[in-house]
Amino acid sequence: MYGSGILRGLGVTLKHFINTYLEDIRWGFRRHIPDEAFPLRQGLETRGIFTVEYPDEKLATPERFRFIPFLVVDNYDHPERPGHDWCTSCGICAKVCPPQCIWIVRGTNPETGRPVPEPAEFYIDIDICMNCGFCAEFCPFDAIKMDHDYELASYDRTTAHIFNKQRLSKEFRYWQSIAPTRAAEEAEARGGWEHKDVLKQREREARAKAPAGGSEN
Amino acid sequence: MMTEQVQVSTSTAPLDEAVRRLEAHFGNAIRRDDREGYTGVVVEPSHLVEVAKFVRDSLGFTYLASATAVDYLGKSESDHLEMVYHVCDLRGGPPLTLKAQTPRDQATLPSLVSVWPGADFQEREAWDLMGIRFEGHPNLKRILMWEGFHGHPLRKDWKEAYYEQEHKPFDSRWPEGHVRRAEELNPFGKNVRYPAGFSLDGYEEQAERAIYEGAPLGVQVSDLATEQVVVSLGPQHPSTHGVFRMVVTLDGETIVRLEPVMGYLHRNHEKIGERNTFLHNMPFTDRLDYFCSMSNNLGYAVAVEKLLALGKRWDPPTYRAEAIRVLMVELTRILNHLVAIGFLLNDLGAYFTPLMYSIIERELILDFFEAVSGSRMMCNYMRFGGVAYDLPERLQSTAALINDRVRDFDTMHYLRALIHDRLPRAVEQTNDLLTTNEIITNRCIGVGVLTREDAIAYSAAGPVLRASGVPYDVRRAEPYSIYPDLEFDVAVRYHGDVYDRYLIRLDEMVQSLRILKQILPILEETKGQPFFSGKPGQYNPRVPAGEAYGRVENPKGELGFYLVSDGGQNPWRYHVRSPSFINLTALSQMCKGHKVADVVAILGSIDIVLGEVDR
Repeated sequence: MYGSGILRGLGVTLKHFINTYLEDIRWGFRRHIPDEAFPLRQGLETRGIFTVEYPDEKLATPERFRFIPFLVVDNYDHPERPGHDWCTSCGICAKVCPPQCIWIVRGTNPETGRPVPEPAEFYIDIDICMNCGFCAEFCPFDAIKMDHDYELASYDRTTAHIFNKQRLSKEFRYWQSIAPTRAAEEAEARGGWEHKDVLKQREREARAKAPAGGSEN
Repeated sequence: MMTEQVQVSTSTAPLDEAVRRLEAHFGNAIRRDDREGYTGVVVEPSHLVEVAKFVRDSLGFTYLASATAVDYLGKSESDHLEMVYHVCDLRGGPPLTLKAQTPRDQATLPSLVSVWPGADFQEREAWDLMGIRFEGHPNLKRILMWEGFHGHPLRKDWKEAYYEQEHKPFDSRWPEGHVRRAEELNPFGKNVRYPAGFSLDGYEEQAERAIYEGAPLGVQVSDLATEQVVVSLGPQHPSTHGVFRMVVTLDGETIVRLEPVMGYLHRNHEKIGERNTFLHNMPFTDRLDYFCSMSNNLGYAVAVEKLLALGKRWDPPTYRAEAIRVLMVELTRILNHLVAIGFLLNDLGAYFTPLMYSIIERELILDFFEAVSGSRMMCNYMRFGGVAYDLPERLQSTAALINDRVRDFDTMHYLRALIHDRLPRAVEQTNDLLTTNEIITNRCIGVGVLTREDAIAYSAAGPVLRASGVPYDVRRAEPYSIYPDLEFDVAVRYHGDVYDRYLIRLDEMVQSLRILKQILPILEETKGQPFFSGKPGQYNPRVPAGEAYGRVENPKGELGFYLVSDGGQNPWRYHVRSPSFINLTALSQMCKGHKVADVVAILGSIDIVLGEVDR
């Protein structure tokens, strides 16, 4: 019968229309559905409307989400090294960066002129960064990580979009808060919650102490 | 549903046989390519057309998959440009590689458009980017660049305006990184060079005239006494799916001639690719066909793995890695086809309803991609030898911003529900909503017919080829990953019109779901097994010298990467055989004789993405 195809199609759209209202009734015509209902609304169960009212509601990002790198520094209340860079300025992130948006000035000891394992300067041009995550993936010190904060609008692209070391640095605590499981996995691989070098240093000290203690006894 | 199994043939025996027959027939005009890591035959340019005809008619290699040029500046005693043709037998098997060399200063080769019309755009591209003049080409002019462009950018001695260094990583970044914005070094507006004798005055008018008055395609509508008008559709037009332009000559409402104009989104992906290291290219492939970044990743990984396999130390990807790859790629196929159908309906005038329903399902797949790879569209997930991360235990989000709404699903449960319930329902719904709709059947059936012969001749690929009755699918013709272990049919339809191109996408989604249902138990079984075979943390794999053509069946057609390595850390040549670009070769053929409103539907049925067309 001519027109039956159109009627079937309209049936499909009608079903969606009704489902949307059924959802509304289910959550009591509230403007924003309760938090516990959210996975039902934005998930495999959803039958009706599927939209999120940004910015009143935002979809939280998963742990692996990557958006503009940041540098991990020790917590500012760290007993021994508050705010100390985890970065050793080895330059691997600058080498694996596909658009080459990372600039690093290697730190040097002003007295001896020898390189020291921390960056003097660290810049990322976020206009060029393509959020690929290679820097975080290949960093051997877990010192550079991808951020979750995607709300970075600014008024001036010519001056505000090259992030310096200060702008890039974030506490280790922040990384633990946005990616708890990954932070725990990495800590396990390193053998502790501290920086790799600190852990190594401690191990060395412990080893140096142990035979000395043995000889005394 | 009509499906047909393609004979699987992966041995290289037919290739050897073909080369032997070529040698017997042409004698000294051809020789085997004996450079280390290379395959195929090098043909004398004077015999190229004859050899191509022989290969097509007598050896059964009827389908020109890819044609591209390589610049061997400083790589041999005589610097030369080399044109590389990959020709396939539609019954399956690896492609036969034909090569023709020409000196750099007077690069001229005979055109193969008379043998394979599908070489049209690819030869124009080679002329545009590499500067090889093709004798006998009907319309040899620049295709991606404009006429005021100086030089041929893919030549090795050509330098871009922001040129810094031959290869990445740049030395200026570390250990003394003096930060600067590229724009300050070479200000915008002052970074253009024009060819000698080129004047901007009156250029636009001249260029437009060249397009409008281009070679006539020989359709005479003489019995209608209407005046012919030229209409420029696009580039800023919603129905062209991006910045794509069609210059249409109309006789009344009927299309006499159509010329695609492209390149508005051109960024010379291939030149960037040659500056990059092998690994650097991975995230760049995401930006080709931005709907299908997972399958682009796989295509590139397959190509580089072919190169790596030429060397001694190489572990192929683990079984779990391959299973995860197939999972991602088939989900990508479903989301691409859903959106393609949605946009096709958009083009037919249905406005946004069908598209929005597709986008809901796409959203669910993208949520999964985001949780696994870290990004919704620019996934950058595959690595050489596996994937970047294993599937997470849970698809879990954490609140970081104000008003963040948190979701948490079990990964395998999510996948099961998606694959067994949600997606089949979505495909069924699309079918219910659209297939029998009278408006769609009236607008689509019999419109934009591409015959079987034309589809093959024009090198159409993917759904466009299969809707014209050619059951050719790279997953079966030259299997990669774990496709030989999986059961599925190659969907095929026989009318070659817009409606069949719509139907074949539904068929392919059903087949993809079939594959996905087989993948789920494999993922459960291999849980905890390694997902990466290489050395973790290795960012600079040693790639042996040689060439490789890796191809995969992308949702839009055959995606091929032709790579040449000189043993260094960067590809010497990095070419993308992009299905959207080559499928457009047949566009004017499909549109001829139809009404102007049908052009939009026909273009929608090809399903192009401009990121991939223009590269």
